[in-house]
Amino acid sequence: MRNLSLSTLGPLAALILLVVLGAFLNANFLSAGNITNVLARSAFIGMIAVGMTFVITSGGLDLSVGSMAAFIAGMMILAMNAMLPTLGIGVPLVLAGMAVALGVGLLAGLANGLLITRAGIEPFIVTLGTMGIFRSLVTWIADGGTLSLDFEARQFYRPVYYGGIFGITWPILVFAVVAVLGELAMRRTRFGRYCEAIGSNDRVARYSAVKVERVQLMTYVALGVLVGLATILYVPRLGSASGSTGLLWELEAIAAVIIGGTALKGGYGRVWGTVVGVLILSLIDNILNLADLVSPYLNGAIQGVIIVLAVVLQRGKSSAEGR
Amino acid sequence: MTPALALQDVHKSFGPIEVLHGIDFALRPGEVHALIGENGAGKSTIMKILGGFLTSTSGQVLLDGQPAPYRSGAEAEAAGVVVIHQEFNLAPDLTVAQNVFLGREPGRFLLDHRAMRRETQALLDQLDCRVSPDARIRDLAVSDRQMVEIAKALGRKARVLIMDEPSAVLTHREVEVLFRQIDRLRASGVALLYTSHRLDEVRHLADRITVLRDGAVVRQALRGELTEDGMATAMVGRDLKDIFPPRRDSFGPVVLEVQGFSVPPVVQDVSFTLRRGEVLGISGLVGSGRTELAEGLVGLRTHRGSLRREGQAITLHSTADAAAHGLAYLTEDRKELGLLLDKSLRENLTLSTLGRFGRLMISRPAEETALTRAIEDFDIRAPRRDMAVGNLSGGNQQKLLLAKTMLPDPQIVIIDEPTRGIDIGTKSQIYHFIDRLARDGLSVIVISSDMPEILGLSDRVLVMRQGRVAGELQGDAITETAVVRLVMGTTEEATADA
Repeated sequence: MRNLSLSTLGPLAALILLVVLGAFLNANFLSAGNITNVLARSAFIGMIAVGMTFVITSGGLDLSVGSMAAFIAGMMILAMNAMLPTLGIGVPLVLAGMAVALGVGLLAGLANGLLITRAGIEPFIVTLGTMGIFRSLVTWIADGGTLSLDFEARQFYRPVYYGGIFGITWPILVFAVVAVLGELAMRRTRFGRYCEAIGSNDRVARYSAVKVERVQLMTYVALGVLVGLATILYVPRLGSASGSTGLLWELEAIAAVIIGGTALKGGYGRVWGTVVGVLILSLIDNILNLADLVSPYLNGAIQGVIIVLAVVLQRGKSSAEGR
Repeated sequence: MTPALALQDVHKSFGPIEVLHGIDFALRPGEVHALIGENGAGKSTIMKILGGFLTSTSGQVLLDGQPAPYRSGAEAEAAGVVVIHQEFNLAPDLTVAQNVFLGREPGRFLLDHRAMRRETQALLDQLDCRVSPDARIRDLAVSDRQMVEIAKALGRKARVLIMDEPSAVLTHREVEVLFRQIDRLRASGVALLYTSHRLDEVRHLADRITVLRDGAVVRQALRGELTEDGMATAMVGRDLKDIFPPRRDSFGPVVLEVQGFSVPPVVQDVSFTLRRGEVLGISGLVGSGRTELAEGLVGLRTHRGSLRREGQAITLHSTADAAAHGLAYLTEDRKELGLLLDKSLRENLTLSTLGRFGRLMISRPAEETALTRAIEDFDIRAPRRDMAVGNLSGGNQQKLLLAKTMLPDPQIVIIDEPTRGIDIGTKSQIYHFIDRLARDGLSVIVISSDMPEILGLSDRVLVMRQGRVAGELQGDAITETAVVRLVMGTTEEATADA
């Protein structure tokens, strides 16, 4: 009943349109295999984008997530290879690797968050810096090449990407859980409300006894942990990491958030919108690959048009409200 | 004489709702015309139509007797009709000269900085304003910014100057400077439209007064024909005998004892006490440290000195600490510090007390119940509950802010400028709310630049000057002269009895 406006329905309508278009262009589009493929590919960016929604809603930005994913993947692979002799191939090794990934993600997010809230440096500057640092570190550790997980460990770990229950693979399940929890956190918890308040006007929030720095810090830490989670599910796919892992993920995640109706200047967050945004971006890619209508090389151009269009529509809505 | 700018039978509707019902109204050269009315009476709509920001639904705008040729604010400025908005229209990072010439910079290809500075200096001299043309707007006091706005308008050869509550942000002394400038503009033949909620200013300044109520002109008068009471009665449409509540006479024990309290670098060594059921007024010029003192007292600023709450020493490091000790602060800047303008009433009301509305998940029904109560208790009039607070009138915003401040049930509440930019009817309501709080056993500190407000509300008055307590007045000693003396520091030894 509330706010059923263009910015809510617009992205959803676009998504439905894309599905109809896809089904029309290629008979395989609605096959279980293709849908699983699209959703699984959306999952990594999707989890990161859910975290990014909170960061952007509270008036921040994180450009480092793609590099962070590469860095976490590298650390995870190194740690698992190092622990292999002691733990052997098995569940403990995978769990230890996961713990490392989540821990590194948390620390990386904490570093971003502390630099932003304690040292008072612009989020754009801080994360532009850490973006370069994380990626450069991975490239350096891999000596310009690729860090590969031990072959047998990789075989054991593979089902985390390819397996699942009831025919739904793990990345899709985890993404769904993250999306639902994210939506609840944004809509129904104090944390979400505070994020919106801070993004809307951080001085009002401070005068209203909101612990502004702590909430902002939490958004970066949560995002770091979600990047770790995404990496846990991504590593078994290829079993390796290099300087080009997760390249441009930050832009895809930010784009998904914006397409979903979250305001880039903060103050207004929509987790469902972000999920829809992620799906729109992957569907465009998928449809271009399936249909011969337009060259897949134009993928970036079409996504670019959609992003700009989404923002134009948002603006049209806010000026119509006369504010 | 042909009016410089006039409205002829102007109607204006927003959607199905007509907000102006046939306004006739004329601004004449060399005359100050005051437009007064309660919030929502239609003043802003009229100013927007005059300034080219809105077009009327029917009726005409006449410039020198001819239908006005402009369709936008920029075209109106080009035609010599300039509006000075309440929120100044200046670029804070540019210099005074750059602002004055913004959009009509001299020079063909490169900017002629020297000419800009020279002409700006000439304009400022004409206004008797000692601001440098090279100063950045960001570094200027509010009153100086206003002068720059006026200089900018003069630079655009304004023949009609529309001023939307220019005095609302100024102190006593700054207002006097403003009045001198207005006199000067009037003498040079500019037609001026002036709006203000301060009726004494209107009586003093205006050659002609138009009173609006509910989108219609209810009274037009010449200088001297209307007293302040007459204006208020015309605005509200009924007699306003009791703007201020009667004085309270019994107070409880001391609930707050402030000693040697400093908020560097402004407030120095302030001491006072506050009793239960008492309204303590704090007067002083803007910049005398009133707001800094208040913000120090609720943990928003770092401070030194001792605080005793019902005899117990307390320390405050944050607003949360202050709230835990029953202290609350209502900011003077409701739009920048008090309310989230793009959020709904509900989200604003509960922001500082969300912890009470559910543990992990916020209970929406509990929030709605709280809002329903706040709307009743504080008579908040909102067309829709889920509307953005920024679209409420100033008075209703202030009532909501008051409700928000009172939601944690504080025992001591500091209200900074309780009625800035609010119409007289709502003002009186807020005074009665404050009285009710005091009678319910709360202690209220009211900080205000509005002299009648300080005199009418306070049981005791603390006057601040340059970060220190200049004096304290009680009971019958609270007179306008005594307060002004302390504020200005004219005979400090004689009157200071603290």
